[in-house]
Amino acid sequence: MINVNYRSISQINGPLLFVEGIENAAYNEIVTITMENGESRTGQVLESRKGIAVVQVFGSTLGMDTSRTRVRFTGSTARVAVSSDMLGRVFNGLALPIDSGPGIIGGEKIEIVGDAINPYSREEPSEFIETGISTIDGMNTLVRGQKLPIFSGSGLPHNQLAAQIARQAKVKGKDEGFAVIFGAMGITSEEANYFINEFRSTGAISRSVLFLNLSSDPSMERIILPRIALSTAEYLAYTENMHILVILTDMTNYCEALREISSAREEVPGRRGYPGYMYTDLSTIYERAGKIKGKSGSITQIPILTMPGDDITHPIPDLTGYITEGQIVLSRDLLRGGIYPPVNVLPSLSRLMNQGIGKGRTREDHRGVADQIYSAYANGRDLRSLSAIVGEEALSKNDRTYLSFATNYEKRYVNQALDEDRSIEETLDLGWELLSVLPESDMKRVKREHVSKYGRWSKEDALS
Amino acid sequence: MGTIVKVSGPVVVATAVENAKMYDVVRVSDLGLVGEIIKLSASEATIQVYEDTSGIRPGDKVENTGRPLSVELGPGLLKSIYDGIQRPLDVIREKSGDFIRRGLTAPPLDTTRKWEFKATARTGDTVSTGDIIGEVQETALINHKIMIPEGTQGKLETLQSGTYTVEEEIGSVKTEKGSVKLYLRQYWPVRNIRPVNRKLPPSEPLVTGQRVIDTFFPVAKGGTVAVPGPFGSGKTVVQHQLSKWADSDIVVYVGCGERGNEMTEILTTFPELLDPRSGKPLMERTVLIANTSNMPVAAREASIYTGISIAEYYRDMGYNIALMADSTSRWAEALREISGRLEEMPGEEGYPAYLGRKVSEFYERSGNAVIKSAEERNGSITIVGAVSPAGGDISEPVSQNTLRVTRVFWALDASLASRRHFPSINWLNSYSLYREGLSSWYNKSVSPEWSKTYATAMGILQKEAELQEIVQLVGYDALPEIEKATLDTARLIREDFLQQSAFDDIDTYCSLAKQSMMLTMITRFGELQSQAVEKGTLMSQIQGMNVRERISRMKEIKDQDFGKYYEDSMNEIMEAFVPLTGGVVKND
Ligand SMILES: Nc1ncnc2c1ncn2[C@@H]1O[C@H](COP(=O)(O)OP(=O)(O)OP(=O)(O)O)[C@@H](O)[C@H]1O
Ligand SMILES: [Mg+2]
Repeated sequence: MINVNYRSISQINGPLLFVEGIENAAYNEIVTITMENGESRTGQVLESRKGIAVVQVFGSTLGMDTSRTRVRFTGSTARVAVSSDMLGRVFNGLALPIDSGPGIIGGEKIEIVGDAINPYSREEPSEFIETGISTIDGMNTLVRGQKLPIFSGSGLPHNQLAAQIARQAKVKGKDEGFAVIFGAMGITSEEANYFINEFRSTGAISRSVLFLNLSSDPSMERIILPRIALSTAEYLAYTENMHILVILTDMTNYCEALREISSAREEVPGRRGYPGYMYTDLSTIYERAGKIKGKSGSITQIPILTMPGDDITHPIPDLTGYITEGQIVLSRDLLRGGIYPPVNVLPSLSRLMNQGIGKGRTREDHRGVADQIYSAYANGRDLRSLSAIVGEEALSKNDRTYLSFATNYEKRYVNQALDEDRSIEETLDLGWELLSVLPESDMKRVKREHVSKYGRWSKEDALS
Repeated sequence: MGTIVKVSGPVVVATAVENAKMYDVVRVSDLGLVGEIIKLSASEATIQVYEDTSGIRPGDKVENTGRPLSVELGPGLLKSIYDGIQRPLDVIREKSGDFIRRGLTAPPLDTTRKWEFKATARTGDTVSTGDIIGEVQETALINHKIMIPEGTQGKLETLQSGTYTVEEEIGSVKTEKGSVKLYLRQYWPVRNIRPVNRKLPPSEPLVTGQRVIDTFFPVAKGGTVAVPGPFGSGKTVVQHQLSKWADSDIVVYVGCGERGNEMTEILTTFPELLDPRSGKPLMERTVLIANTSNMPVAAREASIYTGISIAEYYRDMGYNIALMADSTSRWAEALREISGRLEEMPGEEGYPAYLGRKVSEFYERSGNAVIKSAEERNGSITIVGAVSPAGGDISEPVSQNTLRVTRVFWALDASLASRRHFPSINWLNSYSLYREGLSSWYNKSVSPEWSKTYATAMGILQKEAELQEIVQLVGYDALPEIEKATLDTARLIREDFLQQSAFDDIDTYCSLAKQSMMLTMITRFGELQSQAVEKGTLMSQIQGMNVRERISRMKEIKDQDFGKYYEDSMNEIMEAFVPLTGGVVKND
């Protein structure tokens, strides 16, 4: 059937074409659609029956018709040619260069839907990445090979935070930095320019590959873009032995595109109209982060998503949180309070933190001091809402110290400058300093020997 | 040979499949992808394929193996890691490298390995289904009993001790239908329940070493537990903790649609962790089934059955099994996806109408059972199923159908998790329907005071919840001193008893004896401070007492040292309160 052109589209519905007369299109086969004016688009077979194929078009269906538009089945599933020449370049969602540089010649053609990593081949991520950001390093530590998304909201500074992480991320005692793969789905050109300039000005661009699908670009390309980005990442990590940081933004736009296809196919919708298989679909993106035994490269993922209505129970953050190894949650309230980065540590989590911290990695007191801050800050925040009702006077003296702890914690620990790169020691010490206003006897989360070694309580205080 | 006429994701439809029967396993296309017939009409067979169907097209062939989806059972299961349809992932790695390629098969049990078989039955013995005829020391921890397979009955013609692979004949039985050969290996169709003679009411707790579980919401051996909770609330950590420390003989851990790294974590940590009872590596008693979220969805549906069939097999040897299923929601979603592709009429939230039945059939495979065998022997399967409700709201169908059939509910709570109170099992919403029945066991085996101490502690926690509501209205300072004392005791229970870090070297496991002493110490302290307050002492004074450190240090004391620590601490506490309670410490 290869190289036979079909002019037998029977129906066009949203991004879907129904092509008749084809006997044996392969599931997920790539097709080329050529319109009368010579323009062409790429598509993929979503369902194949004897005599009919349902094709999803990447790109717009503008100008397609049922009589003259031709469909050619390529006989192969989606592949991308990857090579290290891609570093320093900018591509669109279908991996075509858009930076006026030359096309990528040669390169290895690999499937964009990667096979699952054999769990038996995985290596547990455990190398501490110092991002220089206290709420991450101190409280929700990132490790090499982790997938740690940023849950944000529209208008929150997630881009600045992601760029700051990309700029400052380093693994202690190792020189090799991260190469960045940046996959943008449906973001504005302003946002895209922010990242491009950011990568340019720091010189990181030469170690980056950018895939851009802007809000004005075809939404269907958003389905394929992260997969192309990750196949490139896998090539660079496992063939070229590089450490890759993949930033994907905005996963919310990706999920919208997924919903669009699903509704065009008239599938039974799941929660809020998103398809029931969205969990599985997202996992085939996020699970491509990791480390493999015996390979020196790695893939660390920082997907960014904006929570519709700031609602963390919305299917997009919800399903993401069920797959990723934690989340960094940004808060509008903190931003209003003038705090950058406005990370609300309470709903934030890094599940791989324990593997990356402690003696020999960060410092022996790390776990304890983080837990103590969590518990004290949660307590302080509760008291803050309580005092809004009953008034601060109705709180006990002890409660009032927790209240002020919470405030100081936000002002001094959470808050830091856009270019402030705090070492992990600074972050941990700052934690102890802030805790020292609380009674020493309340330090139940930290080992006693750590209290005496790192704590800031004087002997007299202990007795009072 | 059958021919494909339609491909839609994991579902393909074929015509003219030879001798097609429901649930037959088929091989799809030249790649030989594994599939299973799930729907039949006169002319067409609908097949769910356990591997990615990209590139499969109408016209490709379908071959019927004529056999239902089965597990291979025999020595060598322990320490293995399988995918959802029992392909050994270590062997697959050797064949295809770090990424799992399609169409690969490998025998689940190593066919070259020789096992030392010791016959315990003799030629001439009359044998029937389930009878133990010999054994193999499978790992340092587990003696693998070789049993007569289902449906075989007669006289042992031959049986020889010796070294065998799982494929070599070890003996034979003369049955009415002729001679039946015996092997170390047998097969079981995963969707069938392995029958037992009868089920007994569970009577002993599964001791987990987790305080909030053993003391407040215990599960019996042979019982069922639902663990629903939003993401990040601690479902997986609880299940890992149980796999490590619970006093079952064998653990079957089914990672169903969850993270690859979580399976790797088990693979890397379990061989190094030692079983607290035997001192042997935990891996020696563990079987892992890993169908991670990015693996094909149909195999996810099967993984649960693969796991439970293996559990039933070891139960039949007379062992106590703990089966962890993380997460049953992903399995239910797999059902939903396949159902959608079959264009079945959707029920609630798109799940098929038979979801409830499937859930209860699964949990029904748990229990404390009298094994089908001439010799009297018992074994049990405890099922702990994680549920991942959308948005953390358990009003959804999977949670509800699960809670209907399970007898223990550990309610994981996001707000506890966010303040790092772990395990984040909410003590007000959770329940265990086994607690009453197990209390006599606890009173006898741990402490005669067990039930009483439990009731006191639970009473205090409930009182705390009521008092918190008042505090919300008037503030803490407006409370009478005696109620401040109650709040303080509740806080001790929460922080010094309920909270237990899975990652602390000592506190990760807590013996029942230590649990009992810890709680007694706290409730005793609570009584004393209430007495002191009644005598006019202010809570602010008591809160500054140095002996409180005795309580806050409890977690740091090792099990074996705790008896002495307890004695000393109780004495110190009593003494410290003498001046405050007017010299008379009321002893009960
Ligand atoms: N008992 C515990 N002790 C210490 N930390 C814990 C405990 N339980 C959970 N945690 C912390 O909470 C994190 C999340 O727990 P876990 O991975 O078990 O969540 P989950 O409910 O399985 O989430 P998901 O549904 O996304 O898989 C862990 O990584 C760990 O940091
Ligand atoms: Mg989990």
